[in-house]
Amino acid sequence: MQLEEKLMSSFVAFESEVDTLAPVHDVREKALKSFEKLGFPTKKNEEWKYTPLNTLLKEDFHIFSKHDNTIEFKEVKQYFIHDIDTFKIVFVDGVYNSFLSETTHEGADICLLSAALTQSKYKKVIADYFNQMAAENDAFTSLNTAFAKEGAYIYIPEKKILEKPIQIIHFSTGNDAALMLQPRNLIVVGKQAEVQIIERHQSLSSQKVFTNSVTEIYADQRAQVDYYKIQNDQEEASLIDNTYIRQEKESHAKVHTFSFGGKLTRNNLNFFHNDERIESTLKGITIIENKQLVDHHTLVHHASPNCESHQDYKGIYADTSTGVFNGKVIVEKEAQKTNAFQQNNNILIDDKATINSKPQLEIFADDVKCSHGCTIGQLDEDALFYLRTRGIPKKEAKALMTYAFANNVLESVQIPSVKSRINKIIATKLGVDLGFDV
Amino acid sequence: MGYTEEELKKELETKEYEYGFYTDIEADTFPVGLSEEIVIAISQRKKEPKWMTQWRLEAYKVWKEMEEPDWANVNYTKPDFQAISYYSAPKSKDKYNSLDEVDPELLDTFKRLGISIDEQKKLAGVAVDIVMDSVSVATTFKDTLAKKGIIFCSISEAIQEHPELVKKYLGTVVPQKDNYYAALNSAVFSDGSFCYIPKGVRCPMELSTYFRINQAGTGQFERTLVIADKESYVSYLEGCTAPSRDENQLHAAVVELIALDDAEIKYSTVQNWFPGDKDGKGGVFNFVTKRGICHDRSKISWTQVETGSAVTWKYPSCILKGDHSIGEFYSIAVTNNLQQADTGTKMIHLGKDTKSTIISKGISAGKSQNSYRGLVQINGRAENARNFSQCDSLLMGNACGAHTFPYIEAKNKTAKIEHEATTSKIGEDQIFYCNQRGIDTEKAIALIVNGFSKEVLNKLPMEFAVEAQKLLEISLEGSVG
Repeated sequence: MQLEEKLMSSFVAFESEVDTLAPVHDVREKALKSFEKLGFPTKKNEEWKYTPLNTLLKEDFHIFSKHDNTIEFKEVKQYFIHDIDTFKIVFVDGVYNSFLSETTHEGADICLLSAALTQSKYKKVIADYFNQMAAENDAFTSLNTAFAKEGAYIYIPEKKILEKPIQIIHFSTGNDAALMLQPRNLIVVGKQAEVQIIERHQSLSSQKVFTNSVTEIYADQRAQVDYYKIQNDQEEASLIDNTYIRQEKESHAKVHTFSFGGKLTRNNLNFFHNDERIESTLKGITIIENKQLVDHHTLVHHASPNCESHQDYKGIYADTSTGVFNGKVIVEKEAQKTNAFQQNNNILIDDKATINSKPQLEIFADDVKCSHGCTIGQLDEDALFYLRTRGIPKKEAKALMTYAFANNVLESVQIPSVKSRINKIIATKLGVDLGFDV
Repeated sequence: MGYTEEELKKELETKEYEYGFYTDIEADTFPVGLSEEIVIAISQRKKEPKWMTQWRLEAYKVWKEMEEPDWANVNYTKPDFQAISYYSAPKSKDKYNSLDEVDPELLDTFKRLGISIDEQKKLAGVAVDIVMDSVSVATTFKDTLAKKGIIFCSISEAIQEHPELVKKYLGTVVPQKDNYYAALNSAVFSDGSFCYIPKGVRCPMELSTYFRINQAGTGQFERTLVIADKESYVSYLEGCTAPSRDENQLHAAVVELIALDDAEIKYSTVQNWFPGDKDGKGGVFNFVTKRGICHDRSKISWTQVETGSAVTWKYPSCILKGDHSIGEFYSIAVTNNLQQADTGTKMIHLGKDTKSTIISKGISAGKSQNSYRGLVQINGRAENARNFSQCDSLLMGNACGAHTFPYIEAKNKTAKIEHEATTSKIGEDQIFYCNQRGIDTEKAIALIVNGFSKEVLNKLPMEFAVEAQKLLEISLEGSVG
């Protein structure tokens, strides 16, 4: 409970230091009250049944970085998707780094939330969208809101099709022994606008880092949002990622989550439908080992007719790693003609690995097609044998089959460099020197 | 001559509970409320030995400390446990030797229920242990069973005559402190059935018990214990109907199954307690704990047809402790009007090469809520465990809900688990297809619902299939052929 108290007591100091628009102060104070009431969740909380937080929360995290942290581009080049031109919003230990970033105000706002929270020209957007989707009854989200100060602010106006993807990267240097980061992103995509975003959290040392991130995405009519989360962090880095997406009529939002690293990774991915003919896609690949834990909690809330959602999560668990999947699909009474699909396939490589899966359907409308499937199994021995008789060594054969198992998810990746980057990470993860690119 | 879904819906809403009548038999009822004295009094009334009284008191102590669970996806006013009378027995003679001695009014009740004892004796070859409220009043075919060494009697009789068996197994699968209702049941259970199949014996007939709640304001707390010794086989049937009542009645039963090495138990249930009227008034609360334990190479199979009760909260489970053991769960749950059902199963795989199958069919109509909640757990040493689960829901109308809450936990890499769930309604195209071939809409719906639940209906023993069909009719009359 130490961390909880520390957070509570440093709030006043934090509030007096930050200079933001008046309404934001109220939002923050309200959020802190809600956090105080909720407290950190325990294992008794159904949503956190399989993901123990006690070791993480015992840690004495610094809430703010005390150092002036700079890093050279060549040190961190490998963490960028650097073979294509992109906008970049880069933070080092929670502080914006202008040297590594490339932002713009031409045609679209790709800049900082701190700017949006303080400058009066953003007042309306902040009033309309800031903290409008984020859940009020989630402790981590409330905590983030209370300390919301910095993050990415992206505003794509109507009919703007952004020509290059945006990278949002959070680095932590490890100059502080244990650091807690609370980035907050706000992304508003106007009518018929299109955007591609790649997000990454990266620790540069073996120090402990705890990131509690909240991202709010608003997709207006016919907007297209394509979001990639690359999670391949150090062993001591933990991440709780809360993403809230609200979609308007005929919009299409896709989120791909690639979880390959970190000590504890929890993804809360929430989709809310506001109108008809909306499509949502949620896909993920998880490949972890050692004592790692990855927890995917997804929610698709169908509230209007004729919408579709697709979920496809693949997990491969080695050593003593733990995987959790809880996929919730809620179909309201009004949401007739909903098509909702959910798929969760898992492979356990080692005896001590664990998977807890809870695919959940709550349906109140009768004219719907909803299904979910969940499997836990092994690689097919016969197929493995076949590959080996063709002269492919066992390790490579296994890697090929594992890759094929996860490939469904990769097929819908729209940015080729992201795809080849993921391919490379998978190859490294499986310990083979294979280029999966075709 | 079109019979539309609208009409069907209307008919379903207005359909009265056919079996809602009340038998006027003078009964011997305890004062309301629960205390240590009542627990002791129940035990004394049943002339139980000291260890049993002690066992009940232990359960009562645990129960007092426990809180009523509320995690299930159901809403209801919690029963007031001090407003219930915990013991009620028909005030006739204690035992009957032949049917002639039985109260004619009682016999009439059974006739109206469609259970003619004579008929069953002659035609079906079923030994029926009828539990009317709390005391067994008629037991048939006892002799035939006795020849094989099979013990089939009421649990109070078993406590008197076979204390060693009861003492050895009672509470081993569902301990007193297992959950709130199991603890309550352990403290106050009034009667129930006991069955023991000796080693190597194949029970020659289906064993069945009909439970009925009768006396106003009495909850029924059944306790069933089935023990299948090594290499034996038994098929056990249980069916329930209850008369109309305006206040909610509580039913908190406990069923324990023990399948020793190479044994097989098939346990089938047709549950048709009073579901309440179309405004949700009245109706039975059905909070049941059913669990079986499988030793090496044994098999337990649960089949259930759930059509009644206002609130159902029931998870027949299998603990697959022995290697190569098998657990099965087949279920149809039908909810209508304001009924709520939260039902499913737990398959706990502990032994090597264990297998489990789950087939669950939910049909919701009216304003009802139907949930499947299940757990498949593969433990670390359960090598080569295999599970297949399928949960399908059928929605009729736009005011009902179907929910699925499966929990899948695997801790062994050799585990193979498949889980599948679908939710759909009766397709217009399906009905159109039938219409085209000269099948009217009513028959088409019947055909589709029948096909939907066939996988489970097929698992019921022959003698029971008819009864199951009959009970399904009450809930979905006009849609089942």
